Amino acid sequence: MSTPTRDRGPGGTSTASLPTSAGSAEGREGGPRGRLGRRLDGLRQTSPWVLLQRYGALLALVVLLVYNAVATENFTLENFVNTPLRQAVPVAVVAIGMALVIGTGGIDLSVGSVMAIAAQVGVILLLAGVPALAAMALAVLVGGLCGAFNGALVSRFGIQPIIATLVLFIGGRGIAKVLSSLAQGKPSGALLNFRDGTFSFLGLSKMRFFTPGGGVFAIPVQVLLLAVVAVVVAFVVRRASFGRYLLATGGNEQASRLSGIAVGRVKVLAYVTCSGLAALTGLVMAGNNSASAPATLGLNMELDAIAAVAVAGTPLTGGRITIWGTVVGAVMLQLLRFTLISHGAPQQVAQMVQGLVIVAALCIQRPGRSR
Amino acid sequence: MSQTAASDDGDGAVDGAGPLLAMRHIDKSFSGIPALVDAHLDVGHHEVRALIGENGAGKSTMIKVLTGVYRRDGGEITFAGQPASFSSPSQAQRGGIATIFQEVNLVPHRSVAENISLGQEPKRFGLLNWSAMNARARQLLGRLEIDIDVTRPLRDYPIATQQMTAIARALSFDARLVIMDEPTSSLAEQEVQTLFTVIRRLKQDGVSIVFVSHRLDELYAVCDKITVMRDGRTVLDAAMSDVSRYQLVSTMLGRELTVSERELRHVAAVHTQGDSLLSVEQISNEPAVLDVSLDVRAGEVVGMAGLLGSGRSETARAIFGADPVGRGQVVMAGEAVRFGSPRDAIRKKIGFLSEDRKLEGIIPDMTVRENMTLALLPHLTRHGIVSTKAQQEIVERFIKRLGIKTAGPDQLIRELSGGNQQKVLLARWLCTNPELLILDEPTRGIDVGAKQEIQELVRELADEGLAVLLISSEIEEIITGADRVVVLRDGRDVARLRGEEITADALMAAMAEGSATVVAEPPAGGGDR
Repeated sequence: MSTPTRDRGPGGTSTASLPTSAGSAEGREGGPRGRLGRRLDGLRQTSPWVLLQRYGALLALVVLLVYNAVATENFTLENFVNTPLRQAVPVAVVAIGMALVIGTGGIDLSVGSVMAIAAQVGVILLLAGVPALAAMALAVLVGGLCGAFNGALVSRFGIQPIIATLVLFIGGRGIAKVLSSLAQGKPSGALLNFRDGTFSFLGLSKMRFFTPGGGVFAIPVQVLLLAVVAVVVAFVVRRASFGRYLLATGGNEQASRLSGIAVGRVKVLAYVTCSGLAALTGLVMAGNNSASAPATLGLNMELDAIAAVAVAGTPLTGGRITIWGTVVGAVMLQLLRFTLISHGAPQQVAQMVQGLVIVAALCIQRPGRSR
Repeated sequence: MSQTAASDDGDGAVDGAGPLLAMRHIDKSFSGIPALVDAHLDVGHHEVRALIGENGAGKSTMIKVLTGVYRRDGGEITFAGQPASFSSPSQAQRGGIATIFQEVNLVPHRSVAENISLGQEPKRFGLLNWSAMNARARQLLGRLEIDIDVTRPLRDYPIATQQMTAIARALSFDARLVIMDEPTSSLAEQEVQTLFTVIRRLKQDGVSIVFVSHRLDELYAVCDKITVMRDGRTVLDAAMSDVSRYQLVSTMLGRELTVSERELRHVAAVHTQGDSLLSVEQISNEPAVLDVSLDVRAGEVVGMAGLLGSGRSETARAIFGADPVGRGQVVMAGEAVRFGSPRDAIRKKIGFLSEDRKLEGIIPDMTVRENMTLALLPHLTRHGIVSTKAQQEIVERFIKRLGIKTAGPDQLIRELSGGNQQKVLLARWLCTNPELLILDEPTRGIDVGAKQEIQELVRELADEGLAVLLISSEIEEIITGADRVVVLRDGRDVARLRGEEITADALMAAMAEGSATVVAEPPAGGGDR
């Protein structure tokens, strides 16, 4: 029996029947300034600790950029865009989708496997003679279906997200491997090599822009793709009703349901978007390698993506996300690794330092120290 | 009204003669807000003591202070003749005080016997002695006259049996006092009777019991003495047979018997004409709601009164589609409707302000603007994009109209005071322009000023033609606010009052006994709902 009327001690979750102290916000006037003015005002009033919590990842990124500019040989903006930034693209795109799922209070462990499935589907269709664009579209569609499966387990059957998505994390990897046998003359689990212009364009090409000084600035297509995804998703989160529903659902599911939000549908859509973006990333990586490796493509991606979201100061309890912060988090972690390795630190050391940075970020964001 | 007589005799007795448990002058506050003020609780030997009170009266805090969950700020506790000061529930348990919660907190997938011996398993040569463990479980359950297979996992048994297991476990600690916190709320009628049999047996064996329940019938059926708490104080300590149901209810709600509130009453033009906007016909959602009927007309405030646990909120939730409706039907504007979710109800222009602002109302990380327009969002959206301008206009209008004190629409709602949060939530519904508004405890836990403003607003809105279903635990709020009242008791509608009939007297009589009166028969029977 649900007993919403049960007596609760005042030390418990609700102090409903006790007089609440009068508002802390009374009598503060906003003033007729513009949005930016108010925002700057807000920043000035915020304590440094809160600023560190909110913009710590950005600060770390700036520090790393400055350090590299001074201490790393041949570190130019173009160099940054073409190496560490490009390397960060897969994690960043997947992390954007992950942020949406985390915004609903969930988590998606299956992204790596979904990447592998999508890459396999895309490449197999391509090898079977389907035009590249159609193959890609179908691969993303299959990715979306994986998300619908995750979402249905979570919202319809009430399975905890970490377990629900574990199903595809394990099973999906198997599916990806089995798919290889659909390609002609290949055993299950085999690496699929291919040659295709469209895939290579997505994974390898660079767009050249002419700078005012007469030079040429090359930006990888991947990086542009990340920018487009980030702009679109950030806009949706900020301005579209879906974004509002998403954060409301994560912020207080009961209240959202009572306000008429179809919380189940919102969650499913978040998982679909997350898997769709993972699928897209899988195609990018296949294009980058001119091969689809079902056993390794996207391996451990879920953990890197969750780390990027967490480093951005996003609470895993849901209701509050930042798309730009997530991108910054992913890029920062990648640049950190790049910096260490280009200064001669071995791979293992880089991993350990990354771990330390994540721990530090989570300690800073520990609830209770803010507000 | 306060009768704390029993606390004054028998002080000074060392053992045997004094009560088993004496909690005296207990104070406890949480961040400056008092939860217990000079509270008392006495339990004698061989005694079943009822402990009752409305939400926030301090029952749970009292129990938690006793069992060491909270540290008291002041006062003394004597247990079995010794000053007692437990620092944790497990220490209290070793000291002879066991607590049985309504949701049994044992290990569901281990056997009954393992659960009973949890933490004190009999061992032989360092290994578990299974036969001794099972024998002990059988013996302890035997004392309760329960005969079950103790080797099967706990989760195979119904809640009632799980509770018995918890009680047997308490006996294994030689508990002298067992606290039962709403043990009957999820039990079927027959299981309640079994529990009562066990309680009577325990009493014979010299175990005393503190019994927390909201069902008056049960108290009369099984309890010897009663302690009533209100606003953190002990307001009544008497023998069960000396208090009438009416007296219990009025003490719990804090009403004097004689005062009439008619003069408090708003002019209340009684809108008894016209067809019902909403009519609810015998809806049930067992076990909380049983065949409840009511109707609300446009321009009318219908109050829903009843004690804690009488099924008020559950009825409202069933109407709104938040909980399923088992039987019966809901008719809205002449058309039978069946709401599968709140979304359906909102489309039919119904709003529902939940009683729990924190858990079911605000979205703490969102702004005043986002919180206020949540239910209206579908109407503010073009091609999936929220119209900022229309939104801003509405938010500013309602901030002004309801006098919401906020730094602006972009302030986070959690930074507002309780009263202002509540106004934002009220605005969430008002901006959808509803025809029926269900308000569940709209003024609970907010400051006096905001409370009055909200009460006046509700009346104004009704005068403008809104139909309102008002749930409140506060008798004044019902008396001054409602044109008609439906009284619920144990999930059934037991009385209907209108206009001049709505008096504190009549309301409390109905809450206590209902119109379909059940005779109070102290020793036997009982539990007849």
